[in-house]
Order: sequence, then structure tokens, then C-alpha cells
Amino acid sequence: MLAYAIRRFGQSLFVLVLMSFLVFVGVYAIGNPVDLLVNPQADEVERVRATAALGLDKPFLEQYWVFLKGAASGDLGKSFVYNVPALTLILDKLPATIELAFVAMVMAISLGIPLGLVAGLKPDSFVGRGIMAGSILGFSLPTFWVGLVLIMVFSVQLGWLPSNGRGDTLDVAGVPVSFLTVDGLAHLAMPAVNLALFKLSLLIRLTRAGTREAVLQDYVKFARAKGLSQTRVIGVHVLKNILIPIVTVIGLELGSVIAFAIVTESIFAWPGTGKLLIDSINQLDRPVIVAYLLVIVTLFIVINFVVDVLYSLLDPRVRLGGAAASH
Amino acid sequence: MIRTLRLALAALALLGLPALATAKERDVSIGLQAAITSMDPHYHNLSPNNSMMLHVFEPLIKRDDNQKLVPGLATSWKALDDLTWEFKLRKNVRFHDGTPFTADDVVFTLKRVPNVPNSPSSFATFTKPIVDVKVVDPHTIAFKTATPHVLLPSDLASVLIVSKLNGEKAATEDYNSGKATIGTGPYKFAEYIPNQRVVLKANYGYWGGEQPWDKVTFKILTNPSARVAALLSGDVQMIETVPTADIAKLSRDPKYSLADKVSNRVIYVHLNQSTEKSPPYVTDKSGNPLEKNPFRDARVRKALSIAVNRDAIVDRVMEKKAVAAAQLLPDFFYGTSKKLKPAKYDPEGAKKLLAEAGYPNGFALTIHGPNNRYINDDKVAQAIAQFYSRIGIDAKVETMPSSVYFTRATKLEFGYMVLGWGTESGEQGSSLRSLLATYNRDKGMGVTNRGRYSNPEFDKVLATALVTMDDKKREALIQQAAEMAMNDTALIPLHYEVSTWATSKGFRYTPRTDQYTLATGLKPAK
Repeated sequence: MLAYAIRRFGQSLFVLVLMSFLVFVGVYAIGNPVDLLVNPQADEVERVRATAALGLDKPFLEQYWVFLKGAASGDLGKSFVYNVPALTLILDKLPATIELAFVAMVMAISLGIPLGLVAGLKPDSFVGRGIMAGSILGFSLPTFWVGLVLIMVFSVQLGWLPSNGRGDTLDVAGVPVSFLTVDGLAHLAMPAVNLALFKLSLLIRLTRAGTREAVLQDYVKFARAKGLSQTRVIGVHVLKNILIPIVTVIGLELGSVIAFAIVTESIFAWPGTGKLLIDSINQLDRPVIVAYLLVIVTLFIVINFVVDVLYSLLDPRVRLGGAAASH
Repeated sequence: MIRTLRLALAALALLGLPALATAKERDVSIGLQAAITSMDPHYHNLSPNNSMMLHVFEPLIKRDDNQKLVPGLATSWKALDDLTWEFKLRKNVRFHDGTPFTADDVVFTLKRVPNVPNSPSSFATFTKPIVDVKVVDPHTIAFKTATPHVLLPSDLASVLIVSKLNGEKAATEDYNSGKATIGTGPYKFAEYIPNQRVVLKANYGYWGGEQPWDKVTFKILTNPSARVAALLSGDVQMIETVPTADIAKLSRDPKYSLADKVSNRVIYVHLNQSTEKSPPYVTDKSGNPLEKNPFRDARVRKALSIAVNRDAIVDRVMEKKAVAAAQLLPDFFYGTSKKLKPAKYDPEGAKKLLAEAGYPNGFALTIHGPNNRYINDDKVAQAIAQFYSRIGIDAKVETMPSSVYFTRATKLEFGYMVLGWGTESGEQGSSLRSLLATYNRDKGMGVTNRGRYSNPEFDKVLATALVTMDDKKREALIQQAAEMAMNDTALIPLHYEVSTWATSKGFRYTPRTDQYTLATGLKPAK
């Protein structure tokens, strides 16, 4: 287990360095931030000054080397635009995004798995068909449009929920969270639903497919024949066996919800990292783009690690030793 | 059943909105379209920042709704000779911390402006011409320049005065945190969260009188639909830059009112005249380069100008929120010529001019433009291409995000470039200098002349204008230069953008040409 963790860590480090280099090259190829930042009426002296102030006067590889040296000591550079450390800027916004993502995922999981089970166990019933029809809607409606419709209905027409922002927050161990205040919950409701909708549909379909397959298996028939209760058959024999693909997908989707909540964040002006990323890309604020992607990649790595550990807990046949595992 | 459910939900919603329920009448929220990148008034010369900082800090000379210069922290100013200016400062003005405003604060400000570390776009351009400052008495100050600098008052209108006491040891971070954000303006700093919101509180001791609002919250709502939704749901009472698609709907609704005004931003075309032969993306119809650069021929430039139906663009593409342009600023600004009229749409005349210039069968070009910078910028480029197909020019359109576009345009990688220019100084001399003077970066001439238009006679008239101290004589010279350039179609002016604000009923906004959104311009409607 320890050797496994160390090897994973080494691989992760390599991925991080490679990724930061690719982003550097990418941003370098897009354009020169000075062209966007400097006032167009400025003369050459001012352009030269700004270029030097941002460290863009050095050769490309030297810029990257400066970045690597800083990164080794935990300094990912200062935002060109905001003049604050890029990492601080992101970590200030990250709690909002993570909170939104978790609430959305909890909604999706707590509704998606039960609904998927129902649809899988009674595929031909009215309820089962209804759930599947609903999941098609959740899949095919664009997030952007659903978000606007939610705002039009609940904020504009009914006036029940605020249309944007995060509302009052409470500090939990120094991290501001919204879900502990009523005002925060009101602000959280629509963006979380909007974000959860797609994941919910995905989980419903996945659970249903798994369930339909599992109920035909011999061990389920055998469990039934033994006279076990319906709850135990479904809860233990069916559910536990279909959970592996579901956990994988939940892990991946959690990462992607954190990384790509951009559309939802911009529609609801949710002050998270997605909105920051879009603005940074538009302004070629390289330190922020690089730091953001590094943070997100790290998150993905951690989530994948947790998923792997979960596998081994769910399925005793999976061992985390890599080559040591025997089949 | 449904009724109880509705009641329950409504009760829940009320609980959830204590802010709305208890919002005071003298509090107001405003939705902005772009992030404020700093609360340091000298860190980043960027319109949204400059607009925000005007609440907290003030310049010596202010600009009114039409960008005319009016007294600010200075009550009067005059040129003693060609190189010396004397400013009388306003007395009995206090900073937010109660300390008095004096000439020392001006001296400190001028020293700080060029020395803000890491500034991505500094204000040094405005202070550089001043080589020496002399404090005559606490309320009189004299500025020396090395060469006659007629734009000094206009330059100083862009420099906000900070407090020496609070600013001496302060860095940009101290302005962002509010520690040093102490000005003389009508509002005080209360809170700044990057990319989210800025909160200001009224300065009750303001020398310019009482403000109608106790607390102003600026929310950053970059997404246009989100901005409109926030207004419709009552989360904000005013938004800037109403998307053209929503203007018609909002103007029909009695719950909202719109305010608009032609802005200082002209949308125009630079024709790349830098090359002897074909400029990039300009070829004959079979894709071969041309022997000569057609854009160096004034007849071709004129043909490309009169082939564009500006009225149609204004009517259909811009939904009337634009005004056809004849020069670089609408003709009520300083230095604009009333003689210049928008080019009349004349496709036949354009064909004739092309034939005269040796292109009876036209040629091919690609129109390049941004797609996220100006109002409907990509649609404008599409419209132009269609007009050109009517005079026998094969026009393709390629638009791209501004982060890619402007770097490539500056490197002159395009032939036909759709661009925009906002004249912050409010006088046409500075725009002619940046956009059309012969390119010479070291001298600060033609710094944004991406067409590389060069006309020695025009340069001469403009150079004389820029050192003529007499306002009337200078204006005549700038007008003359503008007429020379426009009659030569040095660039193709298309339209001036109209900026639009929308307010809820009960509020009234005084629109501005500089596109700034100021809480001081928002009043309760009578």
C-alpha cells in the first residue's frame, strides 16, 4: 500500500510538471498579454516597462524555469491582472466551487441511485418509464438554458430565490460556507440543481443498466431462492455489485463538476473558480491559468486515488499492490 | 393543497432573503459587466477600474457627462507660459480620514504614479510630460513641462489624487484591502472581493454635497443574460451594457427605464498599408498575390468605405444602438469637424473607383475582427463582407477572441482589420495621433496605427496642433488634420457605439459618453 502510494505520487508529479509546461506553451502561442493589458494609447517606453514588470521580457524557457523554481517553493507566481499570488486568488474562490460541486453531487447521488434502482427493478412500469423519460430531458437540455429558465421562473416570475451571488456565509474552520445559513441556502439552491441535473440523469441511467443486469445473475436468483428479504437482496446483493462502475463515474464526475462548473457559475454569478478561469483566459493571465490547472489536476489525482481505495473496499478481489496483485 | 405549498415556499423564500426584506431605501446595487482588477487607482489603467475609482478618489480636473473638463480638486488652471501651468487647488477638502487635502498630496501622487510595482498598464503616460513640480503655497501648485504640452489638463483628468499620509508606505495590496484606499471622493471604501463585488459607503463630509445613497454594492455580472436576470429579479437596480437583444423588451416594460448615449468609442477599419505588394490575406480572385498593395491607393480605400451601408448596419445589426461615423469622435467633441459627414452608401460609385484604380474585377480579401470585444463585433464583420460581394470583392470573414486577435493585429498579420477606439481624453487630437500619425513608437506617434497610414502633410498639421497652446487655434488645426485624413480615407470609420443602461422604476441614470457607470449619476426618479 505504501509503495503503491509512493509510486502514484511520483507519477502525479510528472503529470503536474508536464501539464504546466503544456499550458505555458499554449498561452505563449495564443498571444502576448501585454497587448491586452497595456492601454492602447501607451507609447513604447510604457510597453517595455510593462513587459519587464510582468517578467515577459525574458526568453520563453527562462520564464518557465523561473516558474518552476518558484513552484518548487510553493509560489506559483503573481496574477498579471490582480497583482496577488495566483494560488491565493484560486484558493479564495475554491471553497465556493467545491461547496457547489459537493451539494450538486449529493443531490445527484441521493436521488440518482434510488431512482435508477426503481427504474431498473420495474423497467416496464409507469414509474420506471417516467424516470427514464425525465433522465432524457436532464441529459439533453443544455445547462445554460436550464439555468436561465430557473432564473426566469424562480427569481423573476415568482421572486422566491435570488438570481445571483452566494449570499451570507458562515466560517467553518476558516472556510466560508453557504449551506449553514438560510440566505446561503437560497442562493445555493438553483445553481446546485442546475449543476446536478446532468449528473443525476447520468447516475439514473448507470444504476438502471447495472440493476437490470444484476437481477438476472445467478447469485441474485440464489439469494431470492434462499428466501432473503427483498431489501437485503437489493441492498446487499444487487447494489453492492453494481457500485463499482458507479463509484468510478461519481469520482470522475466530481472532478469534472469542480473543474468545469463554468457555465453554471457564470449564469448565476457564483463567485467560484470557473468564472475566474474564463476571465483569466480572456486576459491571458498566465499565472492564474497555470495555477488553476495545477490545482485541478491535483484534485483529480487525489480523487482517483480515493476511488482506487474505495474499489478495494467494495471488491475484495481488487488489491492496491499493482504487480503484486494475483488473479 | 397547491395554495399551502405556495405559501410555504413563499415563507421559505422570505426567510431566505433577509437582505432584500430589510434593504433600505438608500441602498442600491448595480450590475457591472467587467471585473475590477484592483482598488489601487494607479495600478491598472483600465476603464472599469477608472470608473470605480472615481467614487473614492478625485482628479484635479474632472470630466462631465460629455467628457468636457470641469473643476475637480483644482478650482482653476491656466498656462503661465508655454512650459508652465499653474493650478489653484480647492480649499477645505478633507480625505475620508479627516486630514486636509493640500498640494503635498498632489506632489506625492505624481511621484507614486510611475512607480507602482508590477503595474500591467500604468498611468505614467499622463505624468511623464511633467518634469518639475513647484508648490507655491498649500493651495497653489505649478507644473513645468520640457516641451509645450497642451494636453496637460486632459492628462491630469486621468490621474486620481491619493493621500500622502496614507499612501506613503502603501503598496497595491493596501489599496485592495482598504487600508490605504482613502480619497476625497463622494464614497468610501467598504469591501472589495476580486471578480465578485465592491461595496462603497457614502462620505457624509463630501465637499460636493450629499449623495442620494448610503451604500452602493457593485456586483460583477459578466454574463449578459445573468445581468439582465439580476435586474428583472430585483437583485440589482441598475445594469450597464444592456445586451442589444434585450433592449426592445426592456423598453416596452414600464417597470424599467433605459438611458443611452452615443459613446466615445468608434468602430473602424484599419487597412494594412505597410507592404509594397499584397498585404496579408489580400489576393486576386484566384488566390495569387497582387503586384501592388491596393490599400495604398486612396481610390480603393474610398471605394471600400462607400461600399458599406452604415445605416443598414446601425439599423439591423446594432438595433439602432449606434450612430454612423464620419470621423473618430461624434461631432460634439473638441477637435471634431462638422464638415465631415458619414460616407454615403454608393455601390456603383465604389465599382467605378475600383475600375479607375485598376481593379475592374475586384480582388479578394479576408476581414479579420474580434468576436468578444465590441458590441456585435462579429456580426458587423459579416455585414461588411456582404456589402463587398456587391461590388465584386470576394470577402471572407474570420473572427477570433480578442486575446488572440489583438496580438496578431499588432504584428500586422492581417490586411483588413475591424477595430474599435475609445477616446478617453475626449478630444480628437489624441486619437489622430495614436491611430493615424506616421508610426513611430519611440516618439509616441501612431502607436496604434495598425494600418501604417503615412501622410507627411497630415503629420505636419497635427504636430503643429499638438504644440499650439491657444485652444481655438489648436481646435482649428485638429479639425483641419481630421478633414485631411478622412477625405483621404486614411481609415474607414463605421459607427460610434451607443452605451445603454437599464434601471428599475424609481431610478434615473444620467448616461455618459465615456461609458462609465457611476453611482453619482444614479438618482431616485422624481
